[in-house]
Amino acid sequence: MGQFGIGQPLRRLEDPRLLVGGGRYADDARIEGQFWGVFLRSPHAHADILAMDLAAARAAPGVKAIFTAADLDAAGMPDMACEVELKSLAGEAMARPQRPILARGKTRFVGECVALVVADTQAHARDAAELIAVDYAPRPAVAGAQAALRPDAPRVWDELTSNLPVHWENGPVGPVDAAMAGAAHRVRLRIVNDRLVPAPMEPKGALAAWDKAASKLTLWAPTQGGRRIQATIAKRFLGLEQEQVRVISQDVGGGFGMRGQTYPEYVALGFAARALDGAVKWRADRTETFVSDYHGRDQVNEAEMGLDAQGRIVALKIHTVLNLGAYMAENGPRLPMEGGGRIIPCCYHAPHFYFSVKPVFTNTVSTDTYRGAGRPEANFLMERLMDKAAAACGLPRDEIRRRNFIAQFPYKTPLGYSIDSGDFAAGLDQALRMADWAQFETRRAEAKRRGKLRGIGVAAFIEAAGGRAPVEDMRLQAAPDGSVTIFSGSHSHGQGHATVFAQLAHEFLGVAPERVTLVQGDTDVTPKGSIGTFGSRSSMMGGGGLKAAAEKIVAKGKRIAAALMQSEAEQVSFAQGVFRAGASEVSFAAVAAAAHDPAKLPEGMAPGLDESHLFQREAENFPNGCHVCEVEIDPETGTTEILRYVAVDDCGIVLNPLIVHGQVHGGVAQGVGQATIEKVVYDEEAQLVSASFMDYGMPRASGVPYIEAGFNAVPCKTNPLGVKGAGEAGACGAPPAYVGAVADALRDFGADHIDMPLTPEKVWRAIHGKG
Amino acid sequence: MHNFAYHAPASLDAALKLIGEKEDGKIIAGGMTLLPTLKQRLAAPSDLIDLAGLPDLRGVKKEGGHIVIGAMTTHYEVATSDVVKAAIPALAHLASIIGDPAVRHRGTIGGSLANSDPAADYPGAAMGLNATIVTNKRAIAAEDYFLGLFETALERDEIIVSVRFPIPEKAAYQKFRHPASGYAVAGVMVSKTGAQVRVGVTGAGPNAFRARDFEAALEKSFTAEAIKDVKMSPDSLLSDIHCSAEYRAHLVGVLARRAVAQA
Amino acid sequence: MKSKVTLTVNGKERSAEVEPRTLLAELLRDHLGLTGTHVGCDTTQCGCCVVHVDGKAVKSCTMLAVQAAGKQVTTIEGLAKPDGTLHPMQEAFREHHGLQCGFCTPGMVMMAVDIARRRPGADEKTVREELEGNLCRCTGYQGIVEAILSVVNPGAVKDHHHA
Ligand SMILES: Cc1cc2nc3c(=O)[nH]c(=O)nc-3n(C[C@H](O)[C@H](O)[C@H](O)COP(=O)(O)OP(=O)(O)OC[C@H]3O[C@@H](n4cnc5c(N)ncnc54)[C@H](O)[C@@H]3O)c2cc1C
Ligand code: FES
Ligand code: FES
Repeated sequence: MGQFGIGQPLRRLEDPRLLVGGGRYADDARIEGQFWGVFLRSPHAHADILAMDLAAARAAPGVKAIFTAADLDAAGMPDMACEVELKSLAGEAMARPQRPILARGKTRFVGECVALVVADTQAHARDAAELIAVDYAPRPAVAGAQAALRPDAPRVWDELTSNLPVHWENGPVGPVDAAMAGAAHRVRLRIVNDRLVPAPMEPKGALAAWDKAASKLTLWAPTQGGRRIQATIAKRFLGLEQEQVRVISQDVGGGFGMRGQTYPEYVALGFAARALDGAVKWRADRTETFVSDYHGRDQVNEAEMGLDAQGRIVALKIHTVLNLGAYMAENGPRLPMEGGGRIIPCCYHAPHFYFSVKPVFTNTVSTDTYRGAGRPEANFLMERLMDKAAAACGLPRDEIRRRNFIAQFPYKTPLGYSIDSGDFAAGLDQALRMADWAQFETRRAEAKRRGKLRGIGVAAFIEAAGGRAPVEDMRLQAAPDGSVTIFSGSHSHGQGHATVFAQLAHEFLGVAPERVTLVQGDTDVTPKGSIGTFGSRSSMMGGGGLKAAAEKIVAKGKRIAAALMQSEAEQVSFAQGVFRAGASEVSFAAVAAAAHDPAKLPEGMAPGLDESHLFQREAENFPNGCHVCEVEIDPETGTTEILRYVAVDDCGIVLNPLIVHGQVHGGVAQGVGQATIEKVVYDEEAQLVSASFMDYGMPRASGVPYIEAGFNAVPCKTNPLGVKGAGEAGACGAPPAYVGAVADALRDFGADHIDMPLTPEKVWRAIHGKG
Repeated sequence: MHNFAYHAPASLDAALKLIGEKEDGKIIAGGMTLLPTLKQRLAAPSDLIDLAGLPDLRGVKKEGGHIVIGAMTTHYEVATSDVVKAAIPALAHLASIIGDPAVRHRGTIGGSLANSDPAADYPGAAMGLNATIVTNKRAIAAEDYFLGLFETALERDEIIVSVRFPIPEKAAYQKFRHPASGYAVAGVMVSKTGAQVRVGVTGAGPNAFRARDFEAALEKSFTAEAIKDVKMSPDSLLSDIHCSAEYRAHLVGVLARRAVAQA
Repeated sequence: MKSKVTLTVNGKERSAEVEPRTLLAELLRDHLGLTGTHVGCDTTQCGCCVVHVDGKAVKSCTMLAVQAAGKQVTTIEGLAKPDGTLHPMQEAFREHHGLQCGFCTPGMVMMAVDIARRRPGADEKTVREELEGNLCRCTGYQGIVEAILSVVNPGAVKDHHHA
């Protein structure tokens, strides 16, 4: 319904505020008399801390206190734990060593927090941090996961016998090997999915303030909805009730999966604020975020696919080695199986499937969720395999995909997840049509005449959204003037919830979107059962909760309206903001006003129009799509230009196309970034070489293509709005579409795969046979 | 940043006096290189002496067969100067692709040459256009000016006042941008004046240099074809996580050919 | 070591006691409370901090506050009309969904206004090149580029997907 309701490209309601500098980000919070915290970080990838001399630093101007592991230990502060449970086939549980908040006796990666210096100004805290004398005894270090698996590799954890905390497998390999042996075609591929930094534009920072009278800690920090962080800091670390910690994240400058975690800095700042009975502020500069924010990806995948004579998959084997970093982050070890594994083998049916995952400790920053969290890796691997299989089977790349697409829904994936809906073939056809795939060879020939190499790539992918915690809490409150406030645990750090949720409120309650206010990112006021936003869950979880809460409002409203119209609630209908009974009608606003006037309420009814709903999802949803990328390469330099990019996405019912397209654009840019320039580099000593934007290539406007986006909407069957997530699609589709296009352009040079990022030099080397 | 004292002298003499007095004093021009360095605490000068208040150091003039650019002239001013565009369009083009618009609004030619970043563009122009760097003390030929990685012939109490570029018959600049920083992985300025050809290379080595093999071949025949088989040795070239020395060496050849074709 | 700096910010004369090492961005954010100017990096690359100094876009994270003495500074807070009417570039960003998280936005808009001043009629490629010094991690730049084109060269707007 509604002019501004579901499906309308309503311009964002949050924009006017953000466009005039009215955003409220973590670093905008300040408190009179606050102190400044600076973390002293380890310059060594692996070292014993023999001694620490704090005397000079303590005596430096403005210094208030210096905290080390000894202080935390004295206070009985526990270490950080990863709750993921994994077992080997033989039943051995994964080892889960814990991470100290501040390094205790040993540092395990460059950038690990060693001490927290608190002073009156940031400059004084920095000056003092430079005066701390730490006596390190460096040890051999290892940065790469495969190197860390070697028997003679330096061990990150003395407590463990190797760097491998578990070897996980989905089942015995035997039957899959048997099926593989009978395959008409077999293709093999080894892929390095390089390590990335999420790099939201707002650097991390926080302000922790202790209120002694109320015995309460307030933490301003850029989170993806602070409920879990609140619980962890309160209960695990500070020994407080959950309500004694308040987490505020009003505006957050991008999330991409790295904002949901309880970082050690937040805990240390909270501890310091309480110890000093004051407020401590910390602002990471960008270089610091490179070692403080969890990284993403960093997998090596070796895969083998067997196909029958018609090009149908008969067996698939994947060996994944995942670089965990030195410490297991909250989601770290689960990403290949619960992140990617949920959807493997992606859009295709593979009757026999073996999956082995080795998460490995190294002397590097922890890895955790980053846009797609395991699914981009899985889709990339499958799509590269499909391209290779097409060549092996002598089939066109689109045809081999068609032959293997899952077409019967619901479809149970090998790891037991159920995909409710999709039409992969339609998405493929639409993308090929939009990209004029059929005429490509003409364009290739024309480019060749100009001395250029042209290629086209296609990638079908599937996502899983709305996963993990299966609940989300929403509260709707109508004021006497009929305006509505939404208290949301789902959190926008760019996704436009203030707009989309207002559209939903408009759809269900008839209120004008401008009269809907979104309250988010404050654990004191957002609903208790809320979780936050990650894994593209807000449309389904928040939206689902909002719909149900709105239904409760309407139900109560009908009883009030019945009283106003001297009718029975059963006789009252509600549409477009008006309650009707027979010939009479009252507006939503009138009912809202009456709801606050005890005199007008039916007997025994509590005043107010204020309803919550704890939405319980039935299943996750499975967004999917097909992207096509066309490139042209200058063979002299290896420079590759994207000439065309088509993105067709099935995000189910589209709530606001403007916003969904925005999500697709952003995801594609990150995917193109990974495919072209982004890469975290550690050297042999596990020193981080790419520690600023000078060395870490961020996609710029000139490196990202214009994206032609289309929808192939197949409503989701398992949630009330029919929505599917939209946030991660682009990051899944772009890498394989781009790499496939480059490989296609280079088909005459025998290079069927190049590992990302495809820098000009790598492409040039492939063309000139320089390995 | 460590703290420092800030001075804004109104004349070159006053600036020189300060430089003489303040042992750890440093000049600040556009600050586009210096301030990021200070922010990372990689340097800690006691005093900053700002040249912004010296109007004589700013602006572009044509003097006979030369273009003279004041040290404090910004990249933006060079890029948009009608004088430069008419006389040495390749130089205006070079200035127009340094960094980004905000960097070009502040960064200066004097600062760029004083800094001698191996990946900076102007050093390539200075070499390729046979420029002279004029200081308060002397005039230094580009060839004698660049000594190594971030190392120049400038003495501690020497301030670049202007840069003199002889106007060539033709010239062109080709740059291959670094994927992360945007600086030059390799940049080649080719110019031709009478029988003389200069090929200035930046980005590839520790400092800007002349590619003499290319020059010799081009002096015989100023065509891209003439340097098709001239190879640059990667031996003393730079290598980083994005581009190897071998690739840089290759790029120099490609860029030189393209510059010749464009000039 | 502190000294008084007086400058004009968004049309009003403002002064503050600052250390020489105080950056213009810090002066604006920490001393004058103008938190619309953001800081996203320490290598002068992201452009979140772009403001106009004497009418030109500069990165306020790489200019000393003392260097701005006596100058006219315009920040994102000073772009809309006093009555709240958005600047046409701000409107264009909203219309074309040129922002998501909003963190890069102030610097982006200030740079966009500068681009419009210097490059009227610019095509898509030029606009993308002009954004060399402004990073956005959310939008993939498409909405931003379309917004700027809608101001400098409306005929070049593609926006095929939404009315
Ligand atoms: C994001 C970014 C991208 C960039 N991209 C490029 C690029 O693509 N290509 C490129 O060439 N450059 C690039 N630069 C560097 C830029 O061009 C700088 O402006 C330049 O290198 C330094 O000039 P400045 O005026 O800012 O000097 P400052 O930073 O003020 O000074 C630099 C050094 O020179 C000294 N100095 C300055 N002026 C004089 C003088 N007149 N006499 C003696 N010594 C002096 C200073 O003491 C200091 O040591 C980039 C910079 C940034 C921040
Ligand atoms: S904060 Fe100024 S450029 Fe990044
Ligand atoms: S909108 Fe988030 S960084 Fe640009």
